Amino acid sequence: MSAHTTQISGPLVVCDHPAEFAMGDRVAVGDVGLVGEVIRITPHACYLQVYEDTTELKVGEPVTGSGGALSVELGPGLLASVFDGIQRPLELLRERAGDGIQRGIQAPALDRTRRWTFEPALKQGAAVNGGAVLGQVKETPAITHKILLPPHLNGTLATIADRGEYCLEEPIASVRDAGGETHPVYMFQRWPVRIRRPVSERLSPDTPLVTGQRVIDTLFPIAKGGSAAMPGGFGTGKTVTQHNLAKWCDADVIIYIGCGERGNEITGVLQDFPQLRDPRTERPLIERTVMIANTSNMPVAAREASIYTGITIAEYFRDQGLDVALLADSTSRWAEALREISGRLEEMPAEEGFPAYLPSRTAEFYERAGKVRTLAGETGSLTAIGAVSPPGGDFSEPVTLHTQRFVKAFWMLDRNLAYARFFPAIHPLDSYSEYAGELAQWWQNLEQTWHEDRSALVELLLEADKLKGVVRIMGEEGLSERQRKMLLAERVIKEGFLQQSAFSPNDRFASPQKQAALLSVIMGQVRRLLGDETPAAQATRHFQLDALIRLKDEQSSKEIEAIRAWPNTNPR
Amino acid sequence: MAEHEPPLERGPDPVIYTELERIEGPLVALVTALPGIGYGEAVEVVDRAGGRRHGRVVLLDGDKVTIELFQGTTGLGQDGERTRFLGRPISVRLDKNILGRHLNGMGEPIDGGPPLTGALYNINGTPLNPTARSYPQDFIQTGVSAIDAMSALVRGQKLPIFSSSGLPHDQLAIQLAQQARIRPELSRQELSRPELNRQEVSHPDVSREERSKEREGELVVVFAAIGVKHDVAVRFAREIAGQTVSFINLADDPVMERLLTPRVALTTAEYLAFELGLHVLVILTDMTVYGEALREVATARGDIPSRKGYPGYLYSDLASLFERAGRIKGKPGSITQIPILTMPNDDITHPIPDLTGYITEGQIVLSRDLFRQRIYPPINLLPSLSRLMGDGVGEGKTRADHHPLMDQLYAAYARAEEVRMMTRIVGEEDLTETDRAYLAFGHALEHQFIAQGESQERDIEQSLDLGWRLLGGLPLEELTRLSRQLIDDHRSLLEQGPPGEQP
Ligand SMILES: Nc1ncnc2c1ncn2[C@@H]1O[C@H](COP(=O)(O)OP(=O)(O)OP(=O)(O)O)[C@@H](O)[C@H]1O
Ligand SMILES: [Mg+2]
Repeated sequence: MSAHTTQISGPLVVCDHPAEFAMGDRVAVGDVGLVGEVIRITPHACYLQVYEDTTELKVGEPVTGSGGALSVELGPGLLASVFDGIQRPLELLRERAGDGIQRGIQAPALDRTRRWTFEPALKQGAAVNGGAVLGQVKETPAITHKILLPPHLNGTLATIADRGEYCLEEPIASVRDAGGETHPVYMFQRWPVRIRRPVSERLSPDTPLVTGQRVIDTLFPIAKGGSAAMPGGFGTGKTVTQHNLAKWCDADVIIYIGCGERGNEITGVLQDFPQLRDPRTERPLIERTVMIANTSNMPVAAREASIYTGITIAEYFRDQGLDVALLADSTSRWAEALREISGRLEEMPAEEGFPAYLPSRTAEFYERAGKVRTLAGETGSLTAIGAVSPPGGDFSEPVTLHTQRFVKAFWMLDRNLAYARFFPAIHPLDSYSEYAGELAQWWQNLEQTWHEDRSALVELLLEADKLKGVVRIMGEEGLSERQRKMLLAERVIKEGFLQQSAFSPNDRFASPQKQAALLSVIMGQVRRLLGDETPAAQATRHFQLDALIRLKDEQSSKEIEAIRAWPNTNPR
Repeated sequence: MAEHEPPLERGPDPVIYTELERIEGPLVALVTALPGIGYGEAVEVVDRAGGRRHGRVVLLDGDKVTIELFQGTTGLGQDGERTRFLGRPISVRLDKNILGRHLNGMGEPIDGGPPLTGALYNINGTPLNPTARSYPQDFIQTGVSAIDAMSALVRGQKLPIFSSSGLPHDQLAIQLAQQARIRPELSRQELSRPELNRQEVSHPDVSREERSKEREGELVVVFAAIGVKHDVAVRFAREIAGQTVSFINLADDPVMERLLTPRVALTTAEYLAFELGLHVLVILTDMTVYGEALREVATARGDIPSRKGYPGYLYSDLASLFERAGRIKGKPGSITQIPILTMPNDDITHPIPDLTGYITEGQIVLSRDLFRQRIYPPINLLPSLSRLMGDGVGEGKTRADHHPLMDQLYAAYARAEEVRMMTRIVGEEDLTETDRAYLAFGHALEHQFIAQGESQERDIEQSLDLGWRLLGGLPLEELTRLSRQLIDDHRSLLEQGPPGEQP
């Protein structure tokens, strides 16, 4: 018996014959085959969330199940691609259907015809368990893609292909399980997006994800395998910061999710990333990047799925023993998509119309980040960094609050800093990172005085903040000479160290060495400034503070010695 | 996308019903229909008096069809009305003769001219594949310093004006529409020449008349009035010369029609830009009225409200409009949007400006404070922003010093505002020399740089030079956002210092 649509309300469609379906099944809805997912089953009806526009869908059109849950394809061909929220390849869709996204159009996520050079790592007869590395494919010059046995398959390797060129449809191995049944294995596998991929052990994050952004790395660092969120009102720099991290952080693979944001921001990445080079591999950044683009004008339900599509792809690269960074801009749009579907299901809303399961879903998402021992015994990590867009810039709203509970680094973007074009506008006092303690030793190994300098910097910022409160009421008159100089020092720290323009060719990325050198030079000069009798009015000139502020933009990460030699360096 | 039947001799199977089964509230009616009705399908109800009302299908439940009527349900009864399903989504007919026409908020002529006879276009458009977009990066000179130098507009951008009631946003929008032009001699890139363009070379010193003539072919304006007062609509119609299409939904027109007006206007803009290859500037005013109409309709439908009673999907709904700006790879035209909205209570955190800011590529914010000081245009620089400026200005686009200069002007102005706040409490007597210089800088920036005449046009070079001269009033060691090289290169402007106050 076949199911047909009985009710249509925007992205929510109801069909009959609920016994045909299981929760989470991927379905094809209507004559054109819109992609949907089963989200509720009642005695007489099955509720579907449809990932495409339902305009023109009629009552009585067929609904067919695919027999499986909403899944993604994982294998060579992911890198340098752009997918929508349900992993349809956008470039291919454009070739087939033109500039607009047409309803019902389908295309396999991974190119079936492209041939990859497979190099086997195991021999016939080897005992293999789920997650084993069968071989590898050099997917891009930057990334070697390991071909993994699907997680739940164990047995002996009945056959394995020789080194050679294969396409995704050709089996490269077969495995005989304990029951004697033989399963073909391909270079790609499928995995349901809402289920986390298994690992053999979770490890605690202990290495920094170097982002090249000083305010993050030095003040509020994130570890490889950690989680962070970045709340901020519109125009405070969430997207530019996410792009910066995608460009410069020292992960092996980047998953960038444009979730309900602007089309042109995706276009910008697609324009920049093939040209920009990874400072470590010298290869174009696009070669290590997978993009998921479900922009604000694309269907809402697919926005909800985009987050899961992205994190599943991220887990898959992690399972190959790589360090993966996932950037989601913006998780608020994901939460709003949840709210919209929940509203149509007439569920009881909790706060501000959001469903009661918002916190648990948020927790589930960030819990998929982590440093792990993979099934194959290697170490891999998945770092998750989400942007949050609070309505009215008010951080006490549900999405910001619940996110804050489940991440360990919290970078609060400040509207007033953004107004003064002080970027990154990460508030240097309100933000925090619980990784700072664990990662201090890493920096200490790089620079003997790092810990001391950083503490002095933080203390000075706190002290200066108090003084500014005084100045606002009593004017500078109320301050001693030393206190005035502290305000000067604060300015040098903020403008000479924390500020870092994405547009500065020398400073958009700062290596750890540059960060450490700059910190040491600036804090050295600050100590001299505060320990000296020169009156505040002459201090800027006497200590060349304006030149010190410019140092970051004048010397790139290649010129560490020149930074250390300041003020005896000539600007180029 | 386009269907070629004339409007009412609809599709495969014209179904006419005589009964509305239930009428629920001001907007919604229920019909029992045969199968074959599509979600979102356009509906026409001819009421007893012979009046036509338009609507669309908003819910299908078995054989029950719920429709929403743009002109409301008042006066409708169970018998005597004829309901017709049109077999297609709400669409508008467009042809080349639309330039110069005046239409109502639903795209029907109101200028006494002939009906449009081209193909039908679905007013919801199709979401653009992000890989089909081409990144906007051609600088548009508006002649307004506060915009060109500080929050530059580029072709294909969506840059709204955040205003408040009583402020001169209409004047500013008209000025932008009149003055906006490309400066081909500044940029190295080839300019695409749309078919209606004439050959032209701009010289900075040509007279105003010559310039506006030269510009005529360059920008086509699509103007959508959404629930505005009659005199506002008349003013735009009069002052935006040249090739313009206007869609007018006045304050006393049906509220629900307001939801269609911007969609009809943007469908027209897409036709002009991507089928005829024109550069289109779309002015939508007032988006706050649009948002209120959406709230009214959502409330009538019983949708769960989120902030301030606005529905949770306000963001997606606004995005479905604003994202219809941009450029497409391989196509010559472009759509630049300048939506205007009024911030209720001057509150930028109100849901409409807030969500707009989250969608658009920056915003130009007007300030009541500057307006009171008779500064025109009263642009509040600090919260204003153009996100596409990074790639739209600089060497080969405007001038190499543009971006750093802008940065420095913002930083200095933010500092000036801080000092100003401080003096409100502690007075000016005890200020340091430097703080005094900042106060003077802030004043000069507002009165000489932001302020300019209602039809005064400054070239980008003039605006940037003026910026340098204003910075000349600050001690050199304060200019840390500028490299030593840039400072050396502009020493003579810095030394000239701020010009005297203009009368
Ligand atoms: N690190 C940076 N360096 C230089 N400029 C920056 C930086 N971060 C942000 N900006 C400036 O601020 C603007 C706004 O930043 P961005 O688009 O990232 O904001 P956002 O927080 O993502 O806003 P929204 O929530 O509306 O998407 C940018 O266009 C850019 O001009
Ligand atoms: Mg953003």
